[in-house]
Amino acid sequence: MSQNVEQIKDHSRLFQQSEYQELFARKREFENCHSPEEVQRVAEWTKGWEYREKNFSREALTVNPAKACQPLGAIFAAAGFEGTLPFVHGSQGCVAYFRTHLTRHFKEPFSAVSSSMTEDAAVFGGLKNMIEGLANAYALYKPKMIALCTTCMAEVIGDDLGAFITTSKKEGSVPQDFPVPYAHTPSFVGSHITGYDNMLKGILSELGGAKTAQNGKWNFIPGFDTYVTNNRELDRILNLMDIPHTILADNSDSFDSPNEGEFVMYNGKTTLAETKDAVNAEGAIALQAYSTEKTRAFIESDWGQPTYVLRPFGIRGTDAFLMKLSELTGKPIPRQLEIERGRAVDAMTDSQAWLHGKRFAIYGDPDLVLGLLSFSLEMGMEPVHIVVTNSNEGFEAEAKALLDSYPNGKEATIWGGKDLWHLRSLLFTEPVDLLIGNSYGKFLWRDTHTPLVRIGYPIFDRHHLHRYPTLGYQGAINLLNWIVNTVLDELDRQTITIGKTDISFDLIR
Amino acid sequence: MTFTQEEKRQIIKEVLEAYPEKSRKKREKHLNITEEGKSDCGVKSNIKSVPGVMTTRGCAFAGAKGVVWGPVKDMIHLSHGPIGCGYYSWAGRRNYYIGTTGIDTFGTMQFTSDYQERDIVFGGDKKLAKVIDEMETLFPLSQGITIESECPVGLIGDDIEAVAKKKAKEIGKSVVPVRCEGFRGVSQSLGHHIANDTVRDWVFAKSDKVPDEELGFTPSPYDVSVIGDYNIGGDAWSSRILLEEIGLRVIAQFSGDGTLNEVKLSHRAKLNLIHCYRSMNYLCRHMEEKYGIPWLEYNFFGPTYIAKSLRTIAARFDETIQAKAEEVIAKYQAQADAVIAKYRPRLEGKRVLLMVGGLRPRHVIPAFRDLGMEVIGTGYEFGHNDDYKLTTEYTDPGTVIYDDVTAYEFEEFARKLKPDLIASGIKEKYVFQKMALPFRQMHSWDYSGPYHGYDGFAIFARDMDLALNSPTWGLVNTPWKTV
Repeated sequence: MSQNVEQIKDHSRLFQQSEYQELFARKREFENCHSPEEVQRVAEWTKGWEYREKNFSREALTVNPAKACQPLGAIFAAAGFEGTLPFVHGSQGCVAYFRTHLTRHFKEPFSAVSSSMTEDAAVFGGLKNMIEGLANAYALYKPKMIALCTTCMAEVIGDDLGAFITTSKKEGSVPQDFPVPYAHTPSFVGSHITGYDNMLKGILSELGGAKTAQNGKWNFIPGFDTYVTNNRELDRILNLMDIPHTILADNSDSFDSPNEGEFVMYNGKTTLAETKDAVNAEGAIALQAYSTEKTRAFIESDWGQPTYVLRPFGIRGTDAFLMKLSELTGKPIPRQLEIERGRAVDAMTDSQAWLHGKRFAIYGDPDLVLGLLSFSLEMGMEPVHIVVTNSNEGFEAEAKALLDSYPNGKEATIWGGKDLWHLRSLLFTEPVDLLIGNSYGKFLWRDTHTPLVRIGYPIFDRHHLHRYPTLGYQGAINLLNWIVNTVLDELDRQTITIGKTDISFDLIR
Repeated sequence: MTFTQEEKRQIIKEVLEAYPEKSRKKREKHLNITEEGKSDCGVKSNIKSVPGVMTTRGCAFAGAKGVVWGPVKDMIHLSHGPIGCGYYSWAGRRNYYIGTTGIDTFGTMQFTSDYQERDIVFGGDKKLAKVIDEMETLFPLSQGITIESECPVGLIGDDIEAVAKKKAKEIGKSVVPVRCEGFRGVSQSLGHHIANDTVRDWVFAKSDKVPDEELGFTPSPYDVSVIGDYNIGGDAWSSRILLEEIGLRVIAQFSGDGTLNEVKLSHRAKLNLIHCYRSMNYLCRHMEEKYGIPWLEYNFFGPTYIAKSLRTIAARFDETIQAKAEEVIAKYQAQADAVIAKYRPRLEGKRVLLMVGGLRPRHVIPAFRDLGMEVIGTGYEFGHNDDYKLTTEYTDPGTVIYDDVTAYEFEEFARKLKPDLIASGIKEKYVFQKMALPFRQMHSWDYSGPYHGYDGFAIFARDMDLALNSPTWGLVNTPWKTV
């Protein structure tokens, strides 16, 4: 009998039972698969330098990339605004994918609609779909704003969003004064971080009116940062410093909402009124550079505000952030933040022996990687392989300067535009102690046995990591916790064999 | 809580009131209540989704790459076009397989041509040819390639068929162009059909001329193919084990844990057994017409229907198979009885709202019923008229039916019908959990499974129990706010 009702086994154990192992063997007869020896031979070959060279000569094929497409970032940005429904103009399957992806990572509902364009719209354009779609979305979901972006279908056929929205309003889909900001977000240009930028710029240009009077506030732009509770941490720090501020846009509640027995569709925290008033602020501080380029340019040119990029990640990153804030606002850095800094530094000195000299590989979005590099360098770790699929020249120059400023940064190579199959070759030919990346890194962990610290997006196979901030001094402690305890877990795994390796299976580490 | 037929009609009417008139007229045709003696659920289906209403549907690419072709494990499935489609569908469906990933199997990898603006402007056929060359260099043990087109490919007029023909000759492997651009059709359903057609035109058209020996195959009178089981969480394996136990020889799993060789073997079976009728009936019909292979739809959810299906399948063979089928049913009945004895008392009378794709909106109903649960509403994401006809075998009169349900309708039905459990997909899961409603994903089995077969039924029962009887639901109300 296969199942014992007192101990029901699911896939992870059921298929290890003999009756299923025998079934797998019987099935092979029909598979026409390669011999185990041949598979083994090729598997070994993929681990070597010859394969690495062939792998790196790729010019057309991408395998296991670390980037998504624009509209994902666009709707992530839109979700930070009060009562805002993201509306993606084009084929409907895209929206199903975005909602699924965000939901699998955050384990939160995510609402977005599509104009559901099909073949006839490909021929005649999607105007009808938009007119009908806006009217339906407005009637059913009662948003305060609809943020429009596009799929590549709408981009290829050249739909004119601005004109379509004007026509839709004339047709009465939504009231004339109802805000419908938009962004063109073709998936064949840039990546999800580009889409974030385009949408945010679109929303600010729609809502931001003419300047009235300075409001004494500062605008803060988080960027495509999936550690959304960083917004709460940022807000707390700014309140401690008594800096009036607006976060453009705060999606912390959209992706981390309470369960109180009622489904609330809109949780964007940045109000439309605040956003309209953002034009009157003193200046804007972006916490990421490469997901905010167009937005910052817009704020500088159209709003006449100075903009800065400051990354409050790790100790020195947070130090620079606070000192610059203090310089810009004339507000002192409060004692509380000094204490928090001390706690973080204390934790780092406690763990430094376990991380010093640890060689690691990392991949992710440019700004995320810069923050993590800064933190790991100040911990004494040694970055070796840095893979950024959605790289750019600015990032690579910044990363190089950062690496050059530390003696433990000298061995690193920045692999811009490469993917995780390239990284596989790097990990086999030049092994490291640790890999930092998203859940897709688990396949590299399996193949190369490089222990994985899950930091990034998406994280599908571990729960709740996104609920912890990575920003500021408190965030540094979370980063440290994930990294050092992965190292210690791995050490336990390596020393768990009774009578052989368990001489080092230590109680105290 | 029970509602009269009239009350349910009133609920549907109220839900529809929120729509603008034009859309209300469209949507009201998709909602109905089943009636005694009717051979159809009385809803329109397989029609364009209404824009802006938050459909749960996907696209043709999802149906072709994500469902039908993607699980063929020893082929490389190229997401051809921009980066996103392949990225979002990367390793997300748990189509389990045995193999060395990256060497002889490729199921949990993502291959893409990552179209850039210049590919849109100048066309991507040259890039595609180069992509295939690079795949050959780096993945020499792959048995073939499918080219799964994303939206722009069809709009800019790339000729992927020409590239496929040329490269297939060069590399001596199957290269299958699949025109599954996401704007084609009204849902993932057309993608299934398109993928089925490419199997017919690009694989069967050649493989049916290949002698058995070349595929390492010696026919037997008991050969069956399992069609349309995608082996989510190992479902095809917990089904296959039963077919083998009754004396049949499963010569192909198409496509869960399947290989290209098995695809080529599938039209050599004596009988095709189809699990997901919606996504693979086209190919079964083709094999019936062209090769004279009969087919039948079976249902391996819950002991009642497993036994019924095993008997129906065995009836197509001789008495030895029929006798073995009875033995197998008797053998597993003890296991099923133990599961029911343990879980039915905890689940008896619980009411379920169901909304999924493929075959599940009807096929899982008897598994719930075996546990004493009642499905009070069901609907398909992308069903057709024939699905709604087949559904009447399973539903009780008075079941609420919703086709291509919108987020708004589904939430309202949940509020008004007050089910105990919702069984649907990941996009719906957390909406209802925030409403303190127990929920199970019926696409991915919530990362559990298998649910097929007798072994799967035990897991299904365990999972429904843990969802419904979790103490966490009791924590949702804040005590000082509760009356």
